[in-house]
Amino acid sequence: MAFIDYYKILGITKSASDKDIKSAYRKLARKYHPDLNPDNKEAELRFKEINEANEVLSDPENRKKYDKYGKDWKHGGEYEKAQQQQSRQQSHYQSSQRGQQEFYENDYSDFFESMFGGQGRSSNQGHFQKFKGQDYHSELHLDLKEVYTSNAKILTINNKNIRLTIPAGVENGQIIKISGKGGKGLNGGPNGDLYITFVIGNQTQFKRDGKNLYSDIDLDLYTSLLGGEITVDTFDGKVKLKIAPETLNGTKVKLKGKGFPVYKKEGEFGDLIFTYHIKIPTNLSEKEKELFKELQKIR
Amino acid sequence: MENNLIAITTLCTHYEIEFSFIDALQKTGLIQIVIIEQNQFIHEDKISDLEKMIRLHNELNVNIEGIDVVFNLLEKEKALREELNILKNRLRIYENDSL
Repeated sequence: MAFIDYYKILGITKSASDKDIKSAYRKLARKYHPDLNPDNKEAELRFKEINEANEVLSDPENRKKYDKYGKDWKHGGEYEKAQQQQSRQQSHYQSSQRGQQEFYENDYSDFFESMFGGQGRSSNQGHFQKFKGQDYHSELHLDLKEVYTSNAKILTINNKNIRLTIPAGVENGQIIKISGKGGKGLNGGPNGDLYITFVIGNQTQFKRDGKNLYSDIDLDLYTSLLGGEITVDTFDGKVKLKIAPETLNGTKVKLKGKGFPVYKKEGEFGDLIFTYHIKIPTNLSEKEKELFKELQKIR
Repeated sequence: MENNLIAITTLCTHYEIEFSFIDALQKTGLIQIVIIEQNQFIHEDKISDLEKMIRLHNELNVNIEGIDVVFNLLEKEKALREELNILKNRLRIYENDSL
């Protein structure tokens, strides 16, 4: 993991007093706290960095080590010992080097994870505050047809199976929160939450606006002039529609209750709205042209 | 109904908070306390809100009035985000106009 400048994160200099650290931390925490920035992953990440910086710099012992050893501050004492041992005992060169390798690999990330990844560390880090576990964010891609009815899904989040009933009528972009299914809380803090964003594709002929569905119907000239009956598709089957004589282009017809289910309101549906598009015949035969001319004369 | 209620004494012990804090939240109208036979409860649906209020108070030193302001603004923000989502979906109808 790359070196993180905790002073830079808190926007302070190396000579900052304890009061300055506390004040900088509070100011930034108020800006990036996850409760004040719901569904903002960037703010969540910043908040974690700020907390990490504060945990290290607000502890005089840790701060001293951090100032002296930089990224290896946590293993500073051991690092010194290892180096001394390395110079004294050339014969143990190999094992010493292995130890050193571990120090380099083990930089900030484990500290970071101990605070937010769920594995609370209780060793010598002093007293940590209780922290809510990490919130997980996930996307669930579904097709419009799949959300026409409620259905159960089993999601695998971080190797855990979560049974989820998706209510009919869920919206594209809608976020649902599943409390306590995020990362484990730290030091007895509550578990984080799981946020699922629904991404709903649409492979159907219908356009959706909330609970209402829209579709266009092509109508031939003669049916629009003389009236008739057509069969159209709805989301739950076919429906016969009567076309009134002299139907104009762009006429809308509303089928009540044939739209999309209303979210969490069982048995309640929106409307289905059809718009008629009258198709003018093309490639007219000579006879058709004659007949149209005759009609024109009559008008 | 009592099944969905959690005793305030239990909450105070669990979250290590003073009763006065919950009382102040109630007086500001941020939470509702249900009293049954002289015992005070909070509805379980409101626990996540209460947790948020505790975090704002403990982690950010926000006082009760501040929590009230934060909750009002978060409500407004949520409503705006929902409205934005509806408008985006409506816009999608025209953007993907293939019919």
